[in-house]
Amino acid sequence: MSVEAAELTNSKTVPDIGFGEELTGAEALLRCLILEQVEYVFGYPGGAVLPIYDSLYGSYLRHILTRHEQGAIHAADGYARATGKPGVVIATSGPGATNLVTGIATAQMDSVPLVCITGNVPQNLIGTDAFQEANITGITLPITKHNYFVRDVRDLPRIVKEAFYIATTGRPGPVLIDIPKDVSNQKAPFYYPDRVEIRGYQPTIVPTDEEIQRFLEEIKTAKKPVILAGGGIIAANADQELLAFAEKTRIPVINTFMGLGSFPGVHELALNMPGMHGSYTANQALLQADCVIGLGVRFDDRITMGRTKEFAPNAKIIHVDIDPAELGKNVSTLVTVAGDVKSTLAKALPHASACDTEEWLAQLKAWQAAYPYRYKKEDGALKPQEVIELLYETTRGEAIVTTDVGQHQMWVAQYYKFSRSRSLISSGGLGTMGFGFPAAIGAQLAHPDRTVISVVGDGGFQMTNQELAILGQYNIPVKVVIINNKCLGMVRQWQEIFYDNRYSQVDLSCSPDFVKLAEAYGVKGLRATTSEEARAVWSEALAHKGPVVIDFQVVPEENVYPMVAPGHTLDQMVMGEE
Amino acid sequence: MERHTIAALVNDEPGVLTRVANLFGQRGFNIDSITVGSSEEPGLSRMIITTSGDQQQLDQLMKQLGKLIDVISVTHLSKDPMVSRELALIKVNATPNQLTELNGIVEPFRASIVDIGPNSLIIQVTGDSEKIDALLVLLEPYGIRELTRTGSIAMSRSIVPAPAAV
Repeated sequence: MSVEAAELTNSKTVPDIGFGEELTGAEALLRCLILEQVEYVFGYPGGAVLPIYDSLYGSYLRHILTRHEQGAIHAADGYARATGKPGVVIATSGPGATNLVTGIATAQMDSVPLVCITGNVPQNLIGTDAFQEANITGITLPITKHNYFVRDVRDLPRIVKEAFYIATTGRPGPVLIDIPKDVSNQKAPFYYPDRVEIRGYQPTIVPTDEEIQRFLEEIKTAKKPVILAGGGIIAANADQELLAFAEKTRIPVINTFMGLGSFPGVHELALNMPGMHGSYTANQALLQADCVIGLGVRFDDRITMGRTKEFAPNAKIIHVDIDPAELGKNVSTLVTVAGDVKSTLAKALPHASACDTEEWLAQLKAWQAAYPYRYKKEDGALKPQEVIELLYETTRGEAIVTTDVGQHQMWVAQYYKFSRSRSLISSGGLGTMGFGFPAAIGAQLAHPDRTVISVVGDGGFQMTNQELAILGQYNIPVKVVIINNKCLGMVRQWQEIFYDNRYSQVDLSCSPDFVKLAEAYGVKGLRATTSEEARAVWSEALAHKGPVVIDFQVVPEENVYPMVAPGHTLDQMVMGEE
Repeated sequence: MERHTIAALVNDEPGVLTRVANLFGQRGFNIDSITVGSSEEPGLSRMIITTSGDQQQLDQLMKQLGKLIDVISVTHLSKDPMVSRELALIKVNATPNQLTELNGIVEPFRASIVDIGPNSLIIQVTGDSEKIDALLVLLEPYGIRELTRTGSIAMSRSIVPAPAAV
């Protein structure tokens, strides 16, 4: 356990829950969180949550005080993605609540279970534009799986129970509970329901035998089948079922960006990522496949390029997803199975047989050999891809890697071959800059014994780098790897390619000295500007027991390739430099 | 683009209409009309939504509606025979001496004149939307001062088996 600060040691004994005891809403809320086995709460106090923070004083619950609510919710999100357990965040009314918005939308897009608790002004002031009042249930309506405004303290335990249930079942997602201050102060006898009954919510769908049979029937005769495995595999903890299914059927596996890690990156059947910056082989596989089996994917526009009619033109598409609304949403499918991908694969596995794919696999192998991800090495200059390769080689694909959004995110996807599930933590859907670093804090708290690397750009890091304070305060040993190209690299790349080199507002050369910045927070800071320095500095960072920030100053002109331009189809790949 | 009538049984709670309306906005679905009122079961309301779109859009709309926690069930009413009614109040320019003439228009529609003023009168009509549209065409020459329509309420006919809920 590397988290050493006194605040994090769990010295306090589990409180007696005291059913029937008169408790305030705030006290009841914390009892509910304990009953939900919440390990960490991330948050930031303020006026409307004073009763909750008062109850937290001396509580058994471990609270991480971030330096911004956005840091809190991304940390809760990182915790949730790393564990599959719901992340919990508390913020005050008004600005505290609105600072959660980006984090809630991030979680919603990537189906991450979160329970977000916000305070609000007392009910007699609701609707009066009171100090720090915001209609957060209205604001978050389109970006939550569900939300609640608590009107009566007697409803609070039931609502908390429902919130955890809704967040974690079916297709997971964020749930927000808005608690006005008077409800936090009101008293009621404490209870906690032992089960949830929500008439309009039946999340568990197990596919029928007929559906499974149909699913297998279509696969059996395929000569060029390919599995497209997405974030649903990770959400359902179905990585072992996927591995067994692929090996038994001899069907190669493409992982979407959100699915990376759900299938071993170096497996003989692994084809890595498709789409805009995907591998040549993965994209060719989709173009030439006669059968595409989508498992927990949503065929988003970074894979179909928005050209849904031309997607996988030679294939019948089979789609398994827990969310029936995803079936037939983006692409036309031949067979759809509404169901949890874990139970679907478990049910299908005993009846599955090997497909005749040896010729197809040989073709894919040939493409992989001819068109690997590649970049031009230059003497003296440090290439960003080289840094990611270094991270991969030294951690053998076993680390948890969080990223921000942009070039470095794509290079992580391309060059870091994840060996296990829940190891790539990145905002795939919303594409949230500033996500990676706080998310790494949550992931490291969840897994104190694993190496957690936060790969960030110099742009995104500066959106949430104030959370360095927590690394220092709690001695959380995250390794922050800054791919510092002194500009907003992905925007610069697009301006180079599509806007005739007109580099508009992408220059970040006036960033702080990141080594000194780290040191200002009591965190070790290191820097590398050449390949040799990179190796030396990285092994020093890995050997260091505590948190480290490493400023890898890379060549600024590097672009992410392969690339399919927006509006083009997957056969129009630009391969980049030899 | 086909017109569809959908019934949604929803929790009678604050904000549920907002959730449904928001969903339509978020997903870019059309709402031609939406009506909400109590249902046969205490605590639940029934919404009747008329919308237009192709089969794929309708399928998405019903599935996305079904995902809302406060939505208990969603039924595609217009896929089977149904009864659909709308109420309209129409204020037209007319003097009392035009009453007989207007009665001649109103009666075949089983509509009625429910208020008479010196320069205008109010006609009340119920029926399906097409019938109301037809009456409006006939009243147009008099000058329609004000029009208010409730939007459709609808129910599947008893003789067919009830459509399966989503």
